[in-house]
Amino acid sequence: MAHHVLHMPAGEEQVRALRVGDTVTLEDTLFGIRDATQIHMFDRGRRTRFDLNGHAVIHTAPNVRKVERSGTNQAGYEAVCIGTTTSDRMERFTRPLMEREGVRLIIGKGGLREESAKAFAELGGAYLAVIGGAAALETTWITAIEDVDLDDLNPESLWRFAIKGFGPLIVGMDAHGGSLYRDVQSKVSARRAEVLARMGVSA
Amino acid sequence: MTDTLHIAMDAVEEAAKLLYIRALKVLPDDIKQGFARLDSTESDGLARSVLATMIENIAVAERTDNLLCQDTGIPIYNISIGRNVSFDGWELKQAIRRGAERATREHPLRSSVVHPLTRVNEHTSCGLHVPVINLDFTEEDRVLRIEMVPKGSGSENGSFLQMLIPADGIAGIKRFVVDAAIRAGGKVCPPTILGVGLGGTSDLCMHLAKVAATRALGSRCADPEGAKLEEELGEAVNSLGIGPQGLGGDSTAFAVHVELAATHITMNPVAVNVQCHSARRASATFTTSGVEIGF
Repeated sequence: MAHHVLHMPAGEEQVRALRVGDTVTLEDTLFGIRDATQIHMFDRGRRTRFDLNGHAVIHTAPNVRKVERSGTNQAGYEAVCIGTTTSDRMERFTRPLMEREGVRLIIGKGGLREESAKAFAELGGAYLAVIGGAAALETTWITAIEDVDLDDLNPESLWRFAIKGFGPLIVGMDAHGGSLYRDVQSKVSARRAEVLARMGVSA
Repeated sequence: MTDTLHIAMDAVEEAAKLLYIRALKVLPDDIKQGFARLDSTESDGLARSVLATMIENIAVAERTDNLLCQDTGIPIYNISIGRNVSFDGWELKQAIRRGAERATREHPLRSSVVHPLTRVNEHTSCGLHVPVINLDFTEEDRVLRIEMVPKGSGSENGSFLQMLIPADGIAGIKRFVVDAAIRAGGKVCPPTILGVGLGGTSDLCMHLAKVAATRALGSRCADPEGAKLEEELGEAVNSLGIGPQGLGGDSTAFAVHVELAATHITMNPVAVNVQCHSARRASATFTTSGVEIGF
């Protein structure tokens, strides 16, 4: 189990070096993305002015405070609380995020499914698990909201965060077909009958 | 003749605002103790580190006066009305809505509430029938209690209802609950409180599941058969190996809670509603001596 520090954007080789169970800390830049953001980008054909190539996106919709736009704050927002939402709902957007936008890493909670595992293996990507519900802690890893696009979807805008020491995150799915979620699910399925039997219930 | 407790609507509005923000920031003691208990018994190394991060987050939220989780949820207000309490019910509903709106605007909080078809967000945390307001009456004299629950979506999406039939029996209920826990997996942010509703009509059954999911840890189902089922299902769910965040381990649920209602001779309804590990709630109790804020 290795620990990796990745300065974003990252190259394919760096991402392919990640293995399930490794830990990762991200530095510099992270993009926030959510259900509505991706529905608009991929189902309704909207484009972003951001270059996501080689970058990491996190499944989030933050709590923010509106502030005056200034030289140091182009977005006009400061962070109140930024956390992570359940990834599973956004399963079908993994491939278009990678193919069209060049995204390398997806950060979320609860894991993604087999189509995402395939996309990670084919295109060189990985899923990094953050601890869901630990948003107060996560907020301390974000130094600024640098910019925002598609803000008519607020809070489900496309956010660009400046980050410092974002992690440790757990590699939940890697570019070699590995998935901690699949491993856990197989173990759980194998235990189901025994758990039911102990209560006198047939499977 | 007892005096009546009159409820002032500006106090209700203030409480509705304060409770929303407080619930989002400070976890009840019973949940903190639940974490300590899981932490002391978890056998999986990764699961222990996941629990440690969650426990650290509770302290960071309190130290930085920040929200525990970014999900501000769907605001739910449960109102328990005692005897000899007087207020205008319509005014109370408006005051609660104003309080939720003010919390959202003044803190500020992310409004997580949208129109179900247009998906338009009014940025007030309110909308048609939201906040959810549940009313109940209790025997207590001159007491009004407002409990606030910001119900997060990750766990609310883990809601299941099945109209089982009498021939499915208790075995059908047990199988349904175990399978619901498996289907929910890591998506519902375990460790959870798994709320199980049994009996009633379909809507009452689902409501009971939510009452069960948002009950304090350590509380037991008032019905002895229900309480027995809580123990048995709690042990079963924690033997599955789903673990915190679905990454494996023993700590899948803090507890399974069961609530019952009588049902029809032809029916055997079962519902599951899940509360994530950020099991947030806050309450205000109005009495003749003032307003007390708690969990």
